[in-house]
Amino acid sequence: MNRILPAILAVIFAVLLCSVALLISGDDPVQAFTTMITQVGEGQTAVNVINTGAVYFIAGLAVAIGFKMNLFNIGIEGQYRFAVIVAAIYGGAVHLPPGIHTLTILLVAAVAGAVYALIPALLKAYRGVSEVISTIMLNSIVAGITGVLVKPDMFGVQSGNNLATAPIPPSGRVPGIPLGSAGTLFGLVFLAVLLGVGYWFTLGRTRFGFELQASGESATAAAAGGVNARRMVLIAMLLSGAVAGLIAMPELLGRDFSYGINAPQGYGFTGIAVALIGRNSPTGIAIGALLWSFLDKSAVSLDNIGVSREIVTIMQGVIVLSVVVAYEIFRRRELKTQQQRVGTEFLSGKTAGGEA
Amino acid sequence: MKHRRRLGALGVAALAGTLMLAGCAKDVNGPGSGASSGGGSGTGQGCKLAAQPPAAPAAATSSQEQGKGVDGSKMRVGLAYDIGGRGDASFNDAAYRGLEEARAKLGVKDSREVSAQPNETEDQRQSRLRQLADDGFNPIITVGYSYAESLKAVAKQRPKTQFAIVDDDTIKLPNVHPLVFASEQGSFLIGVAAAYKSKNCHIGFVGGVRTPLIQAFEAGYLQGAKAAAPGIKIEDDYLKPAGDNSGFNDPSTASLKASGQLQKGADVIYHAAGASGKGVFDAVKQAGGGALGIGVDSDQYFQPTVANDKDIIMTSMVKKVDQAVFGYLAAFASNKLGGYPKRFDLSTGAVGYTRSGGKINDITGPLDAYKQQIIDGKIQVKDKP
Repeated sequence: MNRILPAILAVIFAVLLCSVALLISGDDPVQAFTTMITQVGEGQTAVNVINTGAVYFIAGLAVAIGFKMNLFNIGIEGQYRFAVIVAAIYGGAVHLPPGIHTLTILLVAAVAGAVYALIPALLKAYRGVSEVISTIMLNSIVAGITGVLVKPDMFGVQSGNNLATAPIPPSGRVPGIPLGSAGTLFGLVFLAVLLGVGYWFTLGRTRFGFELQASGESATAAAAGGVNARRMVLIAMLLSGAVAGLIAMPELLGRDFSYGINAPQGYGFTGIAVALIGRNSPTGIAIGALLWSFLDKSAVSLDNIGVSREIVTIMQGVIVLSVVVAYEIFRRRELKTQQQRVGTEFLSGKTAGGEA
Repeated sequence: MKHRRRLGALGVAALAGTLMLAGCAKDVNGPGSGASSGGGSGTGQGCKLAAQPPAAPAAATSSQEQGKGVDGSKMRVGLAYDIGGRGDASFNDAAYRGLEEARAKLGVKDSREVSAQPNETEDQRQSRLRQLADDGFNPIITVGYSYAESLKAVAKQRPKTQFAIVDDDTIKLPNVHPLVFASEQGSFLIGVAAAYKSKNCHIGFVGGVRTPLIQAFEAGYLQGAKAAAPGIKIEDDYLKPAGDNSGFNDPSTASLKASGQLQKGADVIYHAAGASGKGVFDAVKQAGGGALGIGVDSDQYFQPTVANDKDIIMTSMVKKVDQAVFGYLAAFASNKLGGYPKRFDLSTGAVGYTRSGGKINDITGPLDAYKQQIIDGKIQVKDKP
């Protein structure tokens, strides 16, 4: 209960706060929220929520791997964008049998993501450079790399005023699940599920996962226990980068087939928010990802009733903030009751020991 | 208007005559020409200008009687803006002006405007268009080439709805009408004007984001400047690489780039950088010494957001999205979409330059001459640098 309650309270708080904002701007909050909710049942919204939810979920996992190790990998943004353009160029350039083509694209994406994470990983492990600083800088560098790679004289193809990589041939694409007028579910939604299971198993059920979390919680204690902290930093960072590399794959192989100048950005930052909401637990991240995606997709309908959709951005921000605050309050209260319990037990134990 | 144009044409003819006498190059800003805009700190005497093309015949202005007597009161117009939406002081606002004109002149009553958000995914753009179509809006105008992929998908699913798209002509579907602009042609004239007005014979270009759309402005400008003054020096900068659209809303970086260009000696700077352009104007104004800035998209001389820099805005390269949008709506209302143009260039008057502020009144002769050359196809303007 203590794991879900704060999140629910945070969402309720966000809804209330946004209602106030809507009232101040002269809109009807009830109408706004019902429009957003009924929107899910209309057209392709439900499927789109799941499709993008899968993308956000992978992003959340990538961030959470770092969080578990006490690494603040802000560079997910740069790692996934570097990976997706490299994978798109590779996928559009080679001709392989179906299946193999797809698998190699995924592999290239994961490796590219890891390679881009290797730079801050090495800097952190051997030079003690804060991963926050180095990854922020690498995030801004990736814009330049993409801009150069997508030029027509490099790997880009111009169509009208748009610039994108060469389209990936059908052999490399992942077929979706057609649901008629409700849209098409990305085939790689299942990759997200698989990654979630893998994350849960590796971190919760293996020695490696234990070592990772131990060195995250206390590097010195872990070192005393025989864990090589430097090695753990490298592995956690590379793993985080490899998962980040897969973030855009559902869209690339399921719908877009090329990566261009109109591609959305910011999944890495959404991943941070989602991982915070989900408290690094796979189910929590999944719920956070779907919530975030729902807010994004149903926001489109707000234009139709003339409500400023920025209200959704306010809501997302408030949710993240209040989730963090709510968990902190609950944690402190728990700590306090725990201390009291330990205290009383200690005192009663002492008297009991005295009598014996 | 007509009268003035004829006078201008006479002036051009006379000037062309003296040019021929003087050989193939003449210093327009030199003593006796009276063209200097004064107060310059630059050491330059202006450019060695190339011989200017023969004067343009005083062409009759094309009639702007579109939409007269057309009833559009039953039309339900959907307008999907690109990122920035209404209030961007750029092409979204221009599209809105087209809709306003349709309300006033065609009696359009029902319309809905929706807007794209930064970093949204393909499916969000598609949902937006599908919702407009399903709610019965017809025609639907999408502003910006970023809608191209989405529109291609949605137009196939909703064949009974008519769509138009600004800045893209890649969709070949019967219910999609492209509205593209030959920005390179207008920019060519801007390049000519810059070359005529630069005292140091050194000009600059600041682009917002290095995309093909903006490179067309750059290409036309460079070609025009070199055609007018083969020896001209040109600074050429972009704020952000392709894909990073923050370059269209980053006045501080724009100001730095423009200051750099001014320090190198450029004294006329053209920007194609949306809202970043304010930074360019600010830098030019601060530099003083007769340096000038050139606006883009709409007539920035009258734009409230850059009102402080009004006195250094020499001209603007206008791309009349409003005119194209209104014309499209009028053609739709009178059921004449088939004959409505898809490409807007100098000959349609939908791209061109403005004279507000009067800083280029003395060179409209040569500008009109170059314009005629382009319309006649004697000068081919490239849209790639």
